[in-house]
Amino acid sequence: MTSLSNTDISDYLKSQEQKSFLRFITCGSVDDGKSTLIGRLLYDSKLIFEDQLAALEKDSKKIGTQGQEIDFALLVDGLAAEREQGITIDVAYRFFTTDKRKFIVADTPGHEQYTRNMATGASTADLAIIMIDARKGILTQTKRHSFIVSLLGIKHVVLAINKMDLMSFDQEVFRKIDEDYRGFAKDLGFEEVVSMPLSALKGDNILSVSENTPWYKGPSLMDHLENVQIDRNEDGNPFRLPVQWVNRPNLDFRGFSGTIASGTITEGDEIVVLPGAKTAYVNSIISADGNVSNAEFGEAVTICLDRELDISRGDVISKADNRPEITDQIQAHIIWMHEDEMLPGRPYLIKTNNKTLDGVITDLRHKVNVNSLEHESAKTLALNEVGLVNIKLGQKIVFESYAQNKSLGSFICIDKFTNATIACGMVNFGLRRASNVHWQAVDVGKESRAKQKHQEPKVLWFTGLSGSGKSTIANLVEKKLHAMGKHTYLLDGDNIRHGLNKDLGFTDADRVENIRRIGEVAHLMVDAGLIVLTAFISPFRAERNMVREMVGAGEFIEIFVDTPLEVCEQRDVKGLYKKARAGELKNFTGIDSPYEEPEAAEIHVNTVENTADEAADIVVKKLGY
Amino acid sequence: MSLSHLKRLEAESIHILREVVATAQTPVMLYSIGKDSAVMLHLALKAFAPGKLPFPLMHVDTTWKFKDMISFRDRMVKEHDLDLIVHINKEGVQQGIGPFSHGSATHTDIMKTIALKQALDKYGFDAAFGGARRDEEKSRAKERIFSFRSDGHQWDPKNQRPELWNIYNCRINKGESIRVFPLSNWTELDIWQYIHQENISIVPLYYAAERPVVRRDGQLIMVDDDRMPINKGEEILHRKVRFRTLGCYPLTGAVESDADTLEAIIREMLLSHTSEREGRVIDKDVDASMEQKKKEGYF
Ligand SMILES: Nc1nc2c(ncn2[C@@H]2O[C@H](COP(=O)(O)OP(=O)(O)OP(=O)(O)O)[C@@H](O)[C@H]2O)c(=O)[nH]1
Ligand SMILES: [Mg+2]
Repeated sequence: MTSLSNTDISDYLKSQEQKSFLRFITCGSVDDGKSTLIGRLLYDSKLIFEDQLAALEKDSKKIGTQGQEIDFALLVDGLAAEREQGITIDVAYRFFTTDKRKFIVADTPGHEQYTRNMATGASTADLAIIMIDARKGILTQTKRHSFIVSLLGIKHVVLAINKMDLMSFDQEVFRKIDEDYRGFAKDLGFEEVVSMPLSALKGDNILSVSENTPWYKGPSLMDHLENVQIDRNEDGNPFRLPVQWVNRPNLDFRGFSGTIASGTITEGDEIVVLPGAKTAYVNSIISADGNVSNAEFGEAVTICLDRELDISRGDVISKADNRPEITDQIQAHIIWMHEDEMLPGRPYLIKTNNKTLDGVITDLRHKVNVNSLEHESAKTLALNEVGLVNIKLGQKIVFESYAQNKSLGSFICIDKFTNATIACGMVNFGLRRASNVHWQAVDVGKESRAKQKHQEPKVLWFTGLSGSGKSTIANLVEKKLHAMGKHTYLLDGDNIRHGLNKDLGFTDADRVENIRRIGEVAHLMVDAGLIVLTAFISPFRAERNMVREMVGAGEFIEIFVDTPLEVCEQRDVKGLYKKARAGELKNFTGIDSPYEEPEAAEIHVNTVENTADEAADIVVKKLGY
Repeated sequence: MSLSHLKRLEAESIHILREVVATAQTPVMLYSIGKDSAVMLHLALKAFAPGKLPFPLMHVDTTWKFKDMISFRDRMVKEHDLDLIVHINKEGVQQGIGPFSHGSATHTDIMKTIALKQALDKYGFDAAFGGARRDEEKSRAKERIFSFRSDGHQWDPKNQRPELWNIYNCRINKGESIRVFPLSNWTELDIWQYIHQENISIVPLYYAAERPVVRRDGQLIMVDDDRMPINKGEEILHRKVRFRTLGCYPLTGAVESDADTLEAIIREMLLSHTSEREGRVIDKDVDASMEQKKKEGYF
């Protein structure tokens, strides 16, 4: 390269631009040598600067795992905690270029605890190097990562059978692991699995085929990475543009911006905007290069149409003759990525490529045992578990299956309160049920029923700790309303727990389902024109909000019976606190199960400052009766 | 046909810029005037064309930047009709904080990290773009594109939000914020290649010219103004030098070079045996210094 003259530079840059590109990951079980491999690749390709190399040599002696030798893993394990513990915690992205290709590699952690970080790296990769320690063979974590690689749609796998130096480069060891793996992976949908005997530490079969493995004919790892051919079906698929942002700088300009999720678009094409289904023609396309006559998959563009349509973020533009599907119920695989378990029935936020909306997991069809790949029935998913679920969305979305289109078939789940990213999902298909089971259009409606009763239907939702006085106050309120000629109904433990919900216990999942059913019943009763009173602990904000959103605006009145835990426990009318303290009663709210206080309850009462009757009067007064 | 390398990077960055504008309440772009900021600004102008930038730029001025940087900044603002906020840590100035009197660590902490936090709080920005790249440094290589910061601007490297595909979680609670790095996946070469391809203006200090410098602790430090003390035994040399990165002049080492065209700069970069951070005085203090600074709220 020392001969690069000024004129060469332009040519050199042109040749750089023409290079193809590959994103890959390393994954596999703990300590299999993933980080070492990446470090080795960078080192052998002379991609480490002198100052970085000096730092590496110094660090290796100080904190490395290889005595006086270089510990290549330190090149990628960049966090202080990783270097101290000699493990990878989060994914590292590294960049390198060879004469043929440009690469982005994501080095992912092997520890099960950090599986979500592995999934993060895998979601944008086209190839996965699955590492195996030749001494240990296939481990649970090898299988888990292979399964996630397959779920995320990676089709090209390199099975890197590493640490062959510790097994005397024995062909039989290699053959056996290769055979076992192919047996395991046959149903994972990989297009290609290429197995290689490696020593990441010593460099065998990394850049060139090693003399230590005369029985292995190649290719070397680098050779394969430089030449493997990746086809993305998004290139040839029909045109899809998820509208990300509406560009309206002034009255004369109105463009729809987004990144093309598949296919191509040309000026003059007839398009349709979904879910609204209005059609128009493309007037102009603005890409990063200014006005262009056509644009393709992957480009971030702004499209202007020949007429004024009401289009907003979340819509999808496609060609008029080839439209994606629309649904508000999907079936999808999800990877659960949070310490708090997944609860069917709890409302979460779902974020798709260009839209954030409410969603409820209505059904966990099964969870997948990553070891056997068998389906197991389950009620919840814990951290790092994978399941097949049905999800009911708060609005319609435009989608395609993940297999067909990664952009339109992927989503993440977000916790409504902490905003943590708690899961990722890959859509299998839309469930048609939702669009078929239309509400029966009845002539007598909620309004006419309510009118007949001379009242506005409402849900008076009492929440608070066990023994706080919910039922007592709710009872008194019902009496007072009844006396005023109101049509009411009180739902509480006695008429619900013994009947409708007698199959439910007190785990978090059951508590969520309990409240969901009560919410649905209350919803029906409001529809019938009644004033419904409910008296349940209902400890989680998420579920109370779910019911709030179920009924009409202004119809949900949250009444927080705010009696302190000490007082409730002191009263202990039913002796439950005593049992819970003695450990005889599990999952008792306030003791070993949380109570999340309302943040903005409409009415706030307690039975310390007031008697139950006074509290009931306060409620009736606040209600405006 | 699939997109060329730079086209792909360009599209990814534009997608990120637009996503923030579509979801954040009060975004801001942290503009540090260097080459990465120049590229980030260029991409933003494309992302929102033909409109104006839908957010302001903010420059956290330590008062020790090269003079050439400030005049370049003001030129850009005029040229592109930008909305610029300049924030200076007033208390720091009152206390006379500077790299010569207080050392690089204290100076950077008070005039840069604390100043940045002050400014973000003052204006209530919930999302801030930064031009950092993952290839710059080992803890950067670990950071998400949408990097969540707690109330108090802290980064928790051991507990980052998963970030899948190009679906970014932009949701935050009150007081929290997100730092967004649209150039995460660009390398130093990509940046230069793009500047070359798009003909992007950069601060003249990147080009070699004869400049007054002093050799100090193995670095060539430019005498940019008369606040620079000349120690005994030091002499002002006039050398043809340039800078690979830009920051506070007392903390930025120059390299001797003849590269006075973009082509020559790129050639020099291709032949270089050291990384661009080599010229930064602040990173070498402690092993994990960048990570530590980021935890405390540094960019
Ligand atoms: N003998 C030998 N040792 C190796 C080889 N590859 C890696 N090692 C050693 O195995 C240990 C673990 O290597 P890492 O690269 O940190 O493993 P990892 O897979 O990245 O680990 P996690 O990311 O924490 O899951 C280190 O001590 C390496 O030096 C190899 O090919 N041969
Ligand atoms: Mg590792």
